Amino acid sequence: MAVRLRAFLAFWYDFVIGDDWWVAAGVAAGLALTYLLSRAAVPAWWLLPLCLLVLLPLSLWRAARQHSAGQHSAGQRSSGQH
Amino acid sequence: MGAGALFIAVFLACAVEAVEATTIVLAAGTARDWRSAVSGLAVALLVLAIVVAVLGPAVSALPLRGLRLVVGALLLVFGLQWLRKAILRASGYKALHDEDKIYAEQLAAAASRQRARRVLVPDWYGFTLSFKGVLLEGLEVVFIALTFGSNARNIGLAAIAAGCAVAAVAVIGVAVRAPLSRVPENTLKFVVGIMLTAFGTFWGAEGAGAHWPGSDAALLALIPAVALFGLAMVAVMRGTAGGPQRAAAVAASREAG
Repeated sequence: MAVRLRAFLAFWYDFVIGDDWWVAAGVAAGLALTYLLSRAAVPAWWLLPLCLLVLLPLSLWRAARQHSAGQHSAGQRSSGQH
Repeated sequence: MGAGALFIAVFLACAVEAVEATTIVLAAGTARDWRSAVSGLAVALLVLAIVVAVLGPAVSALPLRGLRLVVGALLLVFGLQWLRKAILRASGYKALHDEDKIYAEQLAAAASRQRARRVLVPDWYGFTLSFKGVLLEGLEVVFIALTFGSNARNIGLAAIAAGCAVAAVAVIGVAVRAPLSRVPENTLKFVVGIMLTAFGTFWGAEGAGAHWPGSDAALLALIPAVALFGLAMVAVMRGTAGGPQRAAAVAASREAG
């Protein structure tokens, strides 16, 4: 039962959050700030596009860093074998 | 939101999902048993029809602002994930989505299992493989059609676009009886990522109480702006320190040395 529940939660985490939780957290924060600004009668339409300008490069940078770290450790492993 | 933009967004997004489902059904049918694969497909479609019958009216009855907030947030997260993957693939940081390779892997995995008959199904593995694939990808198609359609207050058109995409991919899949490897899937995913991100930004902000300058016309600026930003990111990632090709070359030279 616990295994099935874990698999169910893992499926939804993967479906909604995906590879980078920073993106989901950033979107949630952006929407919350938009809501707060709108409540204060401040124009807030620009906030989510601004989040996009930050979140996408940040997420790509994190992926590129992980990729480079993976390549580096693979290189070290292969040089250690020789 | 224009009917044309709604149709194109739903059609493209659903076509990508349909390509993946078709690949799985073709692998199940070819490696195992066509009757079982088609049965799995039919039962999955029946389950999806029940989901639509239950969820459709429920989604339509939700208040528009709350719906836009939730759907906008989800579309924005999905859109950014798709865009991120497409940019990483286009810049060489991630392997291109290869339907031929996925098909070959599915085929090998399916062929290695023993055949077992259950109830009216000659091959249970082929049935479940086809059923799961169609149900999971189909749920995404249903989600896209329902959310886009209800936000635009035009579920009928969204359903037609989804149906056309699934039918077109299925007809081509059956005609060629091979994985749809010629579909430029990364390009499609890039376009869909742009659409989901732009619509998610628009609806999410509206749901959170913001008002766009020019109302719906803001989408006409938002979609090309996201596209240009995505293309700029591809260029930047390709140019970053020579990109992953240099890292691969370094790893290869270490291996050779």
